[in-house]
Amino acid sequence: MHEMSLCQSVREVIEDQARVQPITAVKTVRLEIGRFFCVEKQALEFAFDVVMRGSVAEGARLEITDLPGRAMCYDCMKEVEIDDRLAPCPVCGGGMLMPVAGDEMRIKNLEVI
Amino acid sequence: MCTVCGCGTEGGHDHSHGDLHFGHGPAGTQVAGMDQARLIEIETDILSKNDRFAGANRQMLRGKGVFAVNLVSSPGSGKTTLLCKTIEAMGDQPLAVIEGDQQTANDAERIRATGAQAVQINTGKGCHLDGHMVGHAMEKLDIASGSVLFIENVGNLVCPAGFDLGEDCKVAILSVTEGEDKPLKYPDMFTAAKLAVLNKIDLAPHCDVDLDLYEANLRRVNPGIEVLRLSARTGEGMRQWIEWLQANRDRKGAQSAERNVREEGAL
Repeated sequence: MHEMSLCQSVREVIEDQARVQPITAVKTVRLEIGRFFCVEKQALEFAFDVVMRGSVAEGARLEITDLPGRAMCYDCMKEVEIDDRLAPCPVCGGGMLMPVAGDEMRIKNLEVI
Repeated sequence: MCTVCGCGTEGGHDHSHGDLHFGHGPAGTQVAGMDQARLIEIETDILSKNDRFAGANRQMLRGKGVFAVNLVSSPGSGKTTLLCKTIEAMGDQPLAVIEGDQQTANDAERIRATGAQAVQINTGKGCHLDGHMVGHAMEKLDIASGSVLFIENVGNLVCPAGFDLGEDCKVAILSVTEGEDKPLKYPDMFTAAKLAVLNKIDLAPHCDVDLDLYEANLRRVNPGIEVLRLSARTGEGMRQWIEWLQANRDRKGAQSAERNVREEGAL
């Protein structure tokens, strides 16, 4: 359900673009998603196809790039990169990490005709 | 038509009590043609539209010095009971409530029964409140300067974490029957929260829970989180909760007053 509303937001951004410049069809939509952003990629791909129906982006390809997750370790006070939200600090092994980057979700660009 | 967003109605479908219903509109259509392929750089956050609505809400709340809390939890953690008891404990101090659920106005009715003003948002198919819905709900309320605005989100530990409503902070409510590993299972919500209320502690002796482990797991996903142990039913911990609200409300009020003076001075 959450993925549906995110795709609805993507559609709105695309439709905003279509209002200010001529877009006859969107070929590819490129998203950047942080590792910690709470979204399920498969559900997002499914929702994308459904939500884009009837828009200029109907049938468009969805490309997703992962952005790294970064967190501040409260034990060694270093900013570290982690793959998993609950992973220990790779420097000191500490377990108290506060995410500082990786919860973003951006539309990078659109390939259009 | 809505003047904020041009959404056609005054924010969804309006029933008695000014409750709001979203999620019924059909999708629009556009027709495709042919041209040459090109790249349009967007570099826009997907939630930027929500963030604009949330920003407008935040500005309005700041102008009035209103402290707004976004109450988040799984369904059944005791949010509405905590709210009813909070309203009772706050007596004649000004406050307002926005209730979010997929369906029914039951929660807003429970709040109104306490004498407080409340507006219900039904999200329809939606799994969370968003900045747009809350903006319209705020229009329906007479929010006094220096008051506390409680926004009770849809019971859901996933989606509401990502949607800014314009609040000052999120407060996560976690009841002791939910399991000590709840913060580890749903880290985003507890990372986003400033305070966790560990509710229903009167049940703790009956269900073999380790309250310290709850706190340790909360701090593992959010080292800076504040934790209050509380029972809305027995009243244990309520005093600390009310003091927490009042301290934050007073701080917000002072900051807003300072800012308003500065802005007037700049004109």
